[in-house]
Amino acid sequence: MKPSAFEYVRATSVADAIDALARHEFEAKILAGGQSLVPLMNFRLAAPTVLVDTNGVDGLSYIKRTNGTLAFGAMTRQGAIEDSPIVAESCPLLLEATKLVGHRTVRNRGTIGGSIAHADPSAEYPAVLLALDGDVVVEGASGQRVIPASELFLTVCTTSIAPNELLTEVRLPVLPAGTGSAFLELNRRHGDWAIVGAVAVVTVDARGICEEARIALAGVDATPVRCHAAESVLQGEHLTEQVLAEAARQCAGAVHPGDDLHATGDYKRAMVRVFVERALRLARDRCGRIENV
Amino acid sequence: MSETIRVTVNGVTYERTVQPRKLLADFLREDLELTGTHVGCEHGVCGACTIRVNGQTARSCLMFAVQADGADLTTIEGLAENGDLSPLQQAFWEHHGLQCGFCTPGMLMCAAELLERTQEPSESEIREAISSVLCRCTGYHHIVESVKAAASSMRGEPDSAAV
Repeated sequence: MKPSAFEYVRATSVADAIDALARHEFEAKILAGGQSLVPLMNFRLAAPTVLVDTNGVDGLSYIKRTNGTLAFGAMTRQGAIEDSPIVAESCPLLLEATKLVGHRTVRNRGTIGGSIAHADPSAEYPAVLLALDGDVVVEGASGQRVIPASELFLTVCTTSIAPNELLTEVRLPVLPAGTGSAFLELNRRHGDWAIVGAVAVVTVDARGICEEARIALAGVDATPVRCHAAESVLQGEHLTEQVLAEAARQCAGAVHPGDDLHATGDYKRAMVRVFVERALRLARDRCGRIENV
Repeated sequence: MSETIRVTVNGVTYERTVQPRKLLADFLREDLELTGTHVGCEHGVCGACTIRVNGQTARSCLMFAVQADGADLTTIEGLAENGDLSPLQQAFWEHHGLQCGFCTPGMLMCAAELLERTQEPSESEIREAISSVLCRCTGYHHIVESVKAAASSMRGEPDSAAV
């Protein structure tokens, strides 16, 4: 179908975009890469009366590493992240996740800020942000604030970003040496939404003991979810097969996914166990301290 | 409320007035009469409408024409030079890379982007590059063969797989 009519605002600066949002508070949507919003508009599942296009805003597309933090301008294309040597070196998890976002043609347009602000519970970037305890920076008429990932995702495609605020930056911590990570996904075809997505990150010390573990899931609830109980199974332990299996079992027990077109809730839960275990094993094997495990 | 935009498509600059809701795919087909870009699903699944925007592939059903103001676009009509098929198009012809032809514009634009990135793509790289375009006729085999043949002919090698 065709989208319904809307007023088009071509923002040229962050202030310009915020000003447009303030004028049309509950009617305006930000148009970033458009790879989720435009399909919704073509289906008329979304019919914003004002679109504020931030593609022409200078200074929202960058990847910077400073003091243990990777910062991304909200309009940084997923394709630029995929090609970035900084990301490959400092956050291999994000690179692995990026390759699972749609297809290259989609990633040429899609942005990191757009994907996170859209907050599809099956999407990859929200799960990475949550797993790594990243932050987003938002700006509105009343100034700038930082929202931690744990306070960002409220429900399906809904965040704590106010209608008059613009997401301007995404921040991810650079993880310490001895960290391994993995993002695995179950889907019908490459590039489809995840039926189940599993993020695993483990930091292992020189003795082979897990100092920190992070597990996040996509596709099993109204938002991406962290599995803190399963993480505590891993912390302080040697990451043996038995320990990984127990953590995966805890994850499956902690989620209650619903049935949908692609899979029943029970099947998804079974797959949470399988994919978390595989992701944990891969993360452990990538931590660089496998000889001590 | 309409907007006047200037776009360059296949080296020709056009100035047109469009409504913001007009999809770029429809703008190309209806306003510029460049009907080589095909519209299949209109929601970013089938990939038939894939074009190049400032050199990068993009689905033209997921952009509004107003967003292309000032952009340099390439559509399937821009592949041939002076009426001669490009090596990629020639290979699709010789290797039965198109059947009904509906997905062909998307396949060609994605394959062209791939062959600019790498001269010697592996089969899995080819499959990855065209994975955003759905073909319901050929089962992809001939399309992959066509891209392989195009890559080797663009490297100046004789066409060993010619049929």
